[in-house]
Amino acid sequence: MTQYLEFEKPLAEIEGKAEELRALARENKEMDVAGEAEALDQKAEELLVSLYADLTPWRKCQVARHPDRPHCRDYIDALFTEYTPLAGDRNFADDHAVMGGLARFDDMPVVVIGHEKGNDTTSRITHNFGMARPEGYRKAVRLMDMAHRFGLPVISLVDTPGAYPGKGAEERGQSEAIARATQKCLEIGVPLVSVVIGEGGSGGAVAFATANRVAMLEHSIYSVISPEGCASILWKDAEKMREAAEALRLTAQDLMSLGVIDRIIPETTGGAHRHKEDTINGVRSAIAGMLADLSKKSPKELIKDRRNKFLSMGSKGLAA
Amino acid sequence: MNWISNYVRPRINSIFSRRETPDNLWTKCTECGTMLFHREMRENLNVCTNCGHHMGITPRDRFIALFDGGVFTEVAVPAPVTDPLQFRDQKKYPDRMKAAQKGTGEQEAMLVAAGDIGRTPIIAAAQDFTFMGGSMGMYVGNAIIAAAEEAVKQKRPLVLFSAAGGARMQEGILSLMQMPRTTVAVQMLKEANLPYIVVLTHPTTGGVTASYAMLGDVHISEPNALICFAGPRVIEQTIREKLPEGFQRAEYLLEHGMLDRVIKRTEMREELITITRLLMGLPPAIKGDLPAPEGEATAEEPSAK
Ligand SMILES: [Zn+2]
Repeated sequence: MTQYLEFEKPLAEIEGKAEELRALARENKEMDVAGEAEALDQKAEELLVSLYADLTPWRKCQVARHPDRPHCRDYIDALFTEYTPLAGDRNFADDHAVMGGLARFDDMPVVVIGHEKGNDTTSRITHNFGMARPEGYRKAVRLMDMAHRFGLPVISLVDTPGAYPGKGAEERGQSEAIARATQKCLEIGVPLVSVVIGEGGSGGAVAFATANRVAMLEHSIYSVISPEGCASILWKDAEKMREAAEALRLTAQDLMSLGVIDRIIPETTGGAHRHKEDTINGVRSAIAGMLADLSKKSPKELIKDRRNKFLSMGSKGLAA
Repeated sequence: MNWISNYVRPRINSIFSRRETPDNLWTKCTECGTMLFHREMRENLNVCTNCGHHMGITPRDRFIALFDGGVFTEVAVPAPVTDPLQFRDQKKYPDRMKAAQKGTGEQEAMLVAAGDIGRTPIIAAAQDFTFMGGSMGMYVGNAIIAAAEEAVKQKRPLVLFSAAGGARMQEGILSLMQMPRTTVAVQMLKEANLPYIVVLTHPTTGGVTASYAMLGDVHISEPNALICFAGPRVIEQTIREKLPEGFQRAEYLLEHGMLDRVIKRTEMREELITITRLLMGLPPAIKGDLPAPEGEATAEEPSAK
């Protein structure tokens, strides 16, 4: 069953009617509704195109957070072979908000790391809604170290509302864990490519996305703070999230103009949650392309490339 | 490096250029309510003489107290693009900036300086909480990179005083990108084998804590400073329970292994002299007044070039 977003309500009505007609027709064989149903389908299709032609930033946030959007696990299953999850930070625990391990991408051994949000109530709780604790970042540091030592490219998939704001997480050094992961990203002499597949939530995202190349799905977001959080601080009203989403410039398109990301991976009309396969294939070719860009660079050049990328960032603003 | 676009000639600051406030005015301690005369407050570095509470101090006042004879040279910070997102909430970002500049008399939320402490040459950077909550945007990132580069150039330790509510939302993703940018600055110091001392002051939160503030060789904090990633209110909303007394305060972080030391502001200068000299392999500092060494005056104006 499709889960419709708030702005997709009119679409839900039309598609619902078409579905009802077809259900009626199945019961009464003599009823001829094919024409009518097709007309509704046509109408729905047109509406979908127009809705997705120009999504507002807030609508993009909703699409980026859609529960049916492919998650880290879906990409790992589809894009990698011999995925061998590795667990734990060797210190305190294994954080299920962060998936990671060894795998093959196009037969090439790699390390893959990503945030996993979960797909239903049980798995969402298991994965803590993709909000990592210090152990998740420390596990990532361990995997990146391993990648560096064995010369394996690192692929990171970013999809997190942010690092977990909890008591234990703070006690065990959430800040330090994030800082170390970002630092590790900058230190490794292997290609590091990153794809924001859903939400790139603040420091929790940076810790994995301080990469040589960063791609974003067309309707994914990447921001210093959630629109709701920003609205409640600057507008003193969390309901002003539309305005905040607008002001924060958190869309893939804005980040591309600001020179913060390197490529945008198109989503088929209707978004990744309607077109899982297309989306996953788009991500596949983006990763392959980014890795190919970096394949000739030496470990030293890769480190230098990454550093200079971030040092020179911000030299241009958005046009008025 | 290529990103240095605007170079400002360094200017000498001295104790004489301090903005004077009448000595007969008083301020109330925000903790115990004791009335403190301005002169008394200033002499005690805004630490309450009654209860020891550490109130905020501006980077300039801190540097005057920190550097020998109150003398330091400002390190130029490359100016970033102004208002890169054309950000506007209830106010326009440039208007908020103007108000902050007017209110503080400073250009931005971080001051970088070169000078001596106990005759130990250092670079210092300090964040200004009174300037838009000390928030980290492009300028603060540029300031930390400039500080690290100057430290490497002059082979000096970097002492950084952090104080911030986090990233500057008005610069959106570009403020977030200061986390990796400032981490590169820390790497420059590491590679040059130069000490990087972080003094975490009240409050240090969010993306600032989760980047350069937690990557020091030595972490020192002032008493009772709030240091965290997520603020206590956010956590209380998430876990729906009251947090224990002293949670996320300096002493609590010391107990949890995130800090090396908690030191009173009035003892910080001696502390920093000792640590930087130990790490730089220098002999112990000589206590007490020294005559000016030959060929060096105490507050000499730089010769114009
Ligand atoms: Zn007091």
